[in-house]
Formats: sequence, structure tokens, C-alpha cells
Amino acid sequence: MKTLQLNTEKIRKDFPILNRKANGKPLVYFDNAATSQTPQQVIDTIAHYYQNYNANIHRGVHFLSQEATDAYEQARIKIQKHFNIKVPHEVIFTSGTTHAINLVAHGFSSFLKEGDEILVSAMEHHSNIVPWQMLCERTGATLKVIPMDQNGELVMKDYHALLSKDAKLVFCNHVSNALGTINPIKEIIDAAHAVGARVLVDGAQAAPHIKADMQALDVDFYTVSAHKMCGPTGVGILYGKSEWLNKLPPYQGGGEMIAEVTFEKTTYADLPHKFEAGTPNIAGGIAFGAALDYMNAIGFDTIAQYEDELLQYATNKLKKIEGLKIYGEASKKAAVVSFNIQGIHPYDIGTILDKLGIAVRTGHHCAQPIMDFYGIPGTVRASFSFYNTKEEIDTLVEGVQRARNMLV
Amino acid sequence: MMNIQQIQEEIVDEFSLFDDWMEKYEHMIGLGKSLPLIREEYKTEDNIIKGCQSKVWVHAELDNDKLVFTADSDAIITKGIIAILIRTFSNQKPQDIIDADTEFIDEIGLKEHLSPTRANGLVSMIKQLKLYAIAYQTQLN
Repeated sequence: MKTLQLNTEKIRKDFPILNRKANGKPLVYFDNAATSQTPQQVIDTIAHYYQNYNANIHRGVHFLSQEATDAYEQARIKIQKHFNIKVPHEVIFTSGTTHAINLVAHGFSSFLKEGDEILVSAMEHHSNIVPWQMLCERTGATLKVIPMDQNGELVMKDYHALLSKDAKLVFCNHVSNALGTINPIKEIIDAAHAVGARVLVDGAQAAPHIKADMQALDVDFYTVSAHKMCGPTGVGILYGKSEWLNKLPPYQGGGEMIAEVTFEKTTYADLPHKFEAGTPNIAGGIAFGAALDYMNAIGFDTIAQYEDELLQYATNKLKKIEGLKIYGEASKKAAVVSFNIQGIHPYDIGTILDKLGIAVRTGHHCAQPIMDFYGIPGTVRASFSFYNTKEEIDTLVEGVQRARNMLV
Repeated sequence: MMNIQQIQEEIVDEFSLFDDWMEKYEHMIGLGKSLPLIREEYKTEDNIIKGCQSKVWVHAELDNDKLVFTADSDAIITKGIIAILIRTFSNQKPQDIIDADTEFIDEIGLKEHLSPTRANGLVSMIKQLKLYAIAYQTQLN
């Protein structure tokens, strides 16, 4: 296999925040699955927007408005190309993944009836469970769970058994935020389509590591948050096949999403505007495009290979710590290590690591069903990005060792 | 019998002996080990303090005109924090607990070292102990 080189030293210079100290110690940022850090190029894009062409889009005839509209629509095209989406209007700008999922869940209210089934994987984030529970309450449909095993992999045999002609929708994340499992979404999508069910894949955790191809996957809906992939917070996308986006009703009413309004009747605008009511996060959308440019310049293959190296390095070193157990040992994983030390609450470990300048996440990671499955209150989660280093992992391992000595 | 103010001063003195955060945390963990433990039957869902990432159970009962607290937590640092609070508030009159300020948490240099989520837990703990005091004060009246 060709070795792809990543110049971490050079890359780290693009992220001013990585020079910060936390509690007097050099910051080691391992909470990338919660949000990634932002390179200077993206920060500059946001500043440049406000300094040079801040204007409301799609409506103004004036110079600034046209510049802003062009830049925003260019970003949409960058996103379209990145995910190999057929046409730009299949990219709907949202405030993020949660908004995108709610948009689809709301839209399906009118397509479901009692007796219909919705399948959801056992390793979903709460944002991909709650909207479907609400949808079931509204429509009388039933929620069924695709189980997982001890390794943190979906039991595909059970999934196939669950799929019946009553199955109308299937929801699954591409990568689990709590465990790092990369799910076999192509198999999930194809099997669902075979019984006529539609599939939404939550790509929030996958997008920073994997360049997903929407046409090859043939997925019906896919959601992404910009802030997990070097972009700003408050912006993301819903990808949807035109066929379904045209069928679903608008989620919010307002300006921008209409064709004609009278007090008797409103006709809705075409895609994508039908789902983009109100003034969007213009700077955020443009900056999302800049973030994709930044990551593509490094290359997703290079990123994936380097992050996998970090994952293997961290897994091997952490496993040597006495009493440490890793949750989620799927054969295919993104750069996430979820762990506990026997007899110690994850929160205690997180608190000591914080004192050492190491940022990790502790708790249930908005995936309580997974914690219930393992019978634990939560885990310590370290998640890596391409700007992290093996030296930082050494610091983490020493920190965990120190926490253990203090707490056992 | 020391009053709340005196106990708080004593705790501030104890913590002032330590120079770095590690020693402070170790002391706090030690205090957690001497916490008057809640009886198993009181470790119920109702007695859990909301707002903490770890579980904290608190029970209060009157002993003549004084309120006695017992508690436990599944996290050892949290146990240390609740132990400090209970040491100041337990065996005190409800009205004194209601009136007490908790500035000493800042003085022992813990609040600034505690992460926001934990600080929220700390605030929730103080609030819950005071709520017990209010409830029992009403009963005494």
C-alpha cells in the first residue's frame, strides 16, 4: 500500500487554537467527535465575508447581494461535488444534522400510517432516535431496533430478519459517535430498498473521515454537520433524492421558500429553496465550502490513513493500562476510542485529564441506549483528527495512568 | 459545636496547606472516603440530584432541631465535593443552612478548577441541600 504523507507540523500551524494552554498545560484536543477545530483559512473566509460582501442573498438586485449569493451557491456546488450528488438542488442547507433529521421526520408524517414500521439502529445518537419516536407518536407507526453485539457491530442477520413489507424507513449512522463503528451502510441501504423502505444515513461522524459518494450509495437521505469537519457551527446539509425532496412538505414557512403568496394560498418555491425558509447562515455556508476545500487539499485518503494510524497507536497503548476496557472493537472503526477503567467513574478520569490540559468527552455521548447495553454510566471518549499527533496520544496515556493512580 | 462559618474556615485552612491542584484533589478524594454514607434503602431515583454527570444521592432527616445529611456518589471526586458540603451543613439548624453562604468554595480554589458541567453539579448540590433545609424549616414552624 502506498504510504501517504501528512505534514502534521505544517498542518498544525493552520489551527491557531492548538497553541492554547488549558489549565496551564499545552492543550491536547481529543474531543474532535464533538466538534473539530477550525483552520485559519476557514476563519479568514468568515471574516472576509463580513468585511467585504455581507448581504442578504437571493433577493437583492444590488452588487453585494449578488456577490454573496454567488459565493453561497458556489459553496453548494462544492458540497454537491464533494459528495458526488447528482444536482446542486439536492443539497439543502440546514443548521446541522439535527435540523436535517427533524426536517425529514416531520415530512414523513403524511406518508406513514398505523402498522408501518421504522427501523433504527441500536447505536444511534439521541438526535436520530427522538425525532423518529415523535414521528411514531404522530402516525401510529412502530419503532424497531436493529440490535448490536458486544464488539459494537450491528447484527446484520437480525436486520435482514426485521425488514418486512411493513418497513417504510430505516435510520442508521454511518459512523457511531460513541463507539466509532463504521456501519455497513451499503448493505443496509440495498436491503431496505429491496423491501421498498427509504433510508436516512446520519453522516455527521463519518463525513470528517470518509468521503461518501451519494450516487454510489444510492442512499435516500444523508445528513452532515459542518462543524465536525473543520467548518463553523450552525450549518450543515441534508442530501435528499429529488424525488423525495419534491414529495416532502416544507418544514418551516417564511421568506425565501415561497413562489407566490396570497392570503388564500401560497405556492412553494422549487428545490432547494422550499426547505430554506428565512435568511440562512450565509457566512457559515460559504465557510463550509472553504472547509471542504481545506480538507480536500490534504486529501481524504491521506486523512483516513493517518487517523487510522493514530487509532491503532492509541488503542495498543491504552490497552496496556491495567483494568482498562475499550468499548467498541468493530473491525472497521473511525478514530474514536471509548473506554473505562475498572472501578473508576469516567467522569473522575475526565476531570483529572482536564487538569492535565487534555480535552476528552465523558458521559453517555447522547447515546444512552448504548450505555444501557453495556450496563455502564458512560465512557471516556478520545476522538482523533488529522492534526493530532502520536506525542499527544503519549500525553493522554500518561494522563490516564496518572488518573488511575490517583483514583484507584 | 462549631457553626457553619467556623467549619467553612476550618476547611479553607486545610486546603490552604496544598500548593498544587493534585494535592487538593487528593485531599478531596480523602474527604469523600469519610462521607457519612446514605443508607442503601435511600439510594432511590427520587434522592438523586439532577444536573450532575455522575450520580449523587442525598438524604436528610431531622435530629431534634438539627438537620442531618447522608449522601453517596458513584464518582469519587464528586463524593469528595458532596462530603465537603455535608461537613459544613450537617448537624446544623435548617434556618442556619438556609442563611449560609457558600463563598468558601471559591476560597478553597475548587470552583475555578472545576469544569463547567461539574460546577453546575456543585450548584445543584448546594441548591438541593438548601431545599431540604427550607422544607424542614417549614415543618419546624
